[in-house]
Amino acid sequence: MKVRVFVSLKNGVLDPQGRAIHHAIEGLGIHGVQDVRAGKLIELDVDDSVSDDQLETMCKQLLANMVIENYRIERLAA
Amino acid sequence: MSLRSAVITFPGSNCDRDMADALEKVSGTAPHRVWHGDAELPQGLDFIALPGGFSYGDYLRSGAMAARSPIMQAVIAAANRGVPVLGVCNGFQVLTESGLLPGALLRNAGMNFVCRNVALTVENSQSLFTGGYSAGQTITIPVAHHDGNYFADAATLDRLEGEGRVAFRYGEAVNGSARQIAGVLNAAGNVLGMMPHPERMIEAEQGGTDGRALFESAIEALAAA
Repeated sequence: MKVRVFVSLKNGVLDPQGRAIHHAIEGLGIHGVQDVRAGKLIELDVDDSVSDDQLETMCKQLLANMVIENYRIERLAA
Repeated sequence: MSLRSAVITFPGSNCDRDMADALEKVSGTAPHRVWHGDAELPQGLDFIALPGGFSYGDYLRSGAMAARSPIMQAVIAAANRGVPVLGVCNGFQVLTESGLLPGALLRNAGMNFVCRNVALTVENSQSLFTGGYSAGQTITIPVAHHDGNYFADAATLDRLEGEGRVAFRYGEAVNGSARQIAGVLNAAGNVLGMMPHPERMIEAEQGGTDGRALFESAIEALAAA
């Protein structure tokens, strides 16, 4: 099964990378982008034996730093 | 006393020799050198140092992989027993990632790597690591980091300040750190994480000696204990 984990910065956590991207977008001459937040997409290929609890554990203990980040797990049909 | 110390080396550490050199020069005893894949620390350690560098290439997040390496289980256990642990730069990032210190270190607010001497204010001169300084003293210590922007929620920051756990504060804008925090202590006071590199300021040839008192403070406190 393919699993996608989206890791994003929590609201209120400054994102200098997103700000720099925002600035670069304006440099392209495209206006109207209000805000940019950069995150991570982690794709996993997991056996059916991997439980939902185990996915939550790997997100909480490694893939995301819960002090500054949120995560969202998306399971893709095979 | 002869200090029984250890410097942990992760793949990608690059200040481990500087740290070992500083510990040896100040204490007179060479530290044990411990590899990240080791599961155990040498017996009877008085002091553990996590050095600067780019452990595991900063993959995922700075310090994230190192915090989950085999040796860190032993470091966490030792810290919880009260063994002093100093984490500098990447070592600070490893300490926050491992949960030994609160907060996290984000990308510098200015996006650039910052590598220069900075002024630090000693906020707490009563700790194991800072007893050789006076409160409010300004010292000069180099920084060299990309992810040194200290973040914690407001309640955590208030608690740290209220409990005297902010050891050092930047005396100038460096990286966007919350409340200019440069170094924090754990609740028990035996774990210090800081972005600036005291091990790079222990003898005149390095351009200054303001970092030396940190190591001397810890050694004296341990000898008196």
